[in-house]
Amino acid sequence: MIELEGLVRRYGEREALSDVSLSVARGQTLVVFGPNGAGKTTLLRVLSTLLRAHAGSVSVLGKSLPDEAWAVRGRVGLLGHEPLLYRELTARENLRFHARLHDLSAERVEERLAAVALTDRAEEPLKTLSRGMVARVAVARATLHDPELLLLDEPWANLDPAARELIEPLIGASATRTRVISSHDPSGGLSEADLVLGLRAGRPALLRDAERVDPSEIAELYR
Amino acid sequence: MRRTVAALLHKELLVELRTLESVPGMSLFAVTTFVVFHFALNQNSVSGDEAAGILWVTLLFAAMLGINRLFVADQDQGGFDAFLLAPVDRSAMLLAKALALLAYLVVLELVAVPAFALLLLGPSLGQALPDLLVVLLLADFGVAIIGTLVAALVVRTRARDLLGPLLALPLLVPVVIGGARATSPLLGLTHADSPPARWLLTLGLYDLVFGLIAYAVFDFLLED
Repeated sequence: MIELEGLVRRYGEREALSDVSLSVARGQTLVVFGPNGAGKTTLLRVLSTLLRAHAGSVSVLGKSLPDEAWAVRGRVGLLGHEPLLYRELTARENLRFHARLHDLSAERVEERLAAVALTDRAEEPLKTLSRGMVARVAVARATLHDPELLLLDEPWANLDPAARELIEPLIGASATRTRVISSHDPSGGLSEADLVLGLRAGRPALLRDAERVDPSEIAELYR
Repeated sequence: MRRTVAALLHKELLVELRTLESVPGMSLFAVTTFVVFHFALNQNSVSGDEAAGILWVTLLFAAMLGINRLFVADQDQGGFDAFLLAPVDRSAMLLAKALALLAYLVVLELVAVPAFALLLLGPSLGQALPDLLVVLLLADFGVAIIGTLVAALVVRTRARDLLGPLLALPLLVPVVIGGARATSPLLGLTHADSPPARWLLTLGLYDLVFGLIAYAVFDFLLED
């Protein structure tokens, strides 16, 4: 599903990711830990096709990036720090716009709005909704096209327990999709992971099956 | 492709209708500039080359305001990324943005040309209007294509407000020259039958060449 070999990504002179190699099988969840600036978001953006690797090889969904990026787009759902939604448009308008880009029906939009319990607020501009509500719309947007691979950048931030429960079927373990999640929460992250990657200054400091990782090793990444 | 362009254009116009960030500013700028010219030239009316020059320079700078704003919402609110993740032809964005900018320019001219006629123009515009519309439309295509190309090029830079005009203005000089030369006889005291064909042809060719260049390079501009 995901194969990385010696992945390097730079911003100018600085290496945001250095020599990252790993393999994630279909249906597995990889959780990436690391302090701010460790390269978690960069890794998600490379996997999503938004950023190119500067060295090494990247294969996502069996396709080599960046050469076959066109075949990966539309099969990946990215939930980042930014909701990738227009503040002036309503939740329904935003989702309909994305549905048209992914050639999906208006019924799918209504289905997703109901799934995130926002049908009643669907006609209000996003700028008038709370941050938690916008996060729910972003989840609806990221999963609208039923992506095979979910790339989730701290997905539970801004969500109260009720909202977490609500969107769990869409992006949680029960979604039964391959997932790459960045997290700062050792216990919560570990409970979701099949595989753990710990990054420090862009370099892999920990890569192991989740069941063999002790939470103290994750805490060590932040020291 | 057509569905994608329609979706993008619909979104574009909806965001502009809600924010009113581009068209009102462009129109107000044009009208204010005509007022300034009216007093600065200390003339009640202008005609011919002078009139054409004032009209086109004003339209060009007003257009720059819209060009600078063209991709800002997409860049600031993540629409770029969302679009890049969709399985669609990326040229659709070029077409949709150029059509949106074209629409903004048409609305701008609906305000600016009557204001120009009222505040500065000596000869009546009545007879020249159909020919003037042809010239305006040809020039608008060029401004829309070049403006979209430049806006996409600079939107991810920090100094986009400075770089946009610096790159766009030299590229748009031929459009202004073509537009002004084609318009000048229409705004003369003795009204010409039609705008000079060679300037119309120049504008048309410029539109075509930049249309092809934009289509060829736009994908690369959106890449990382």
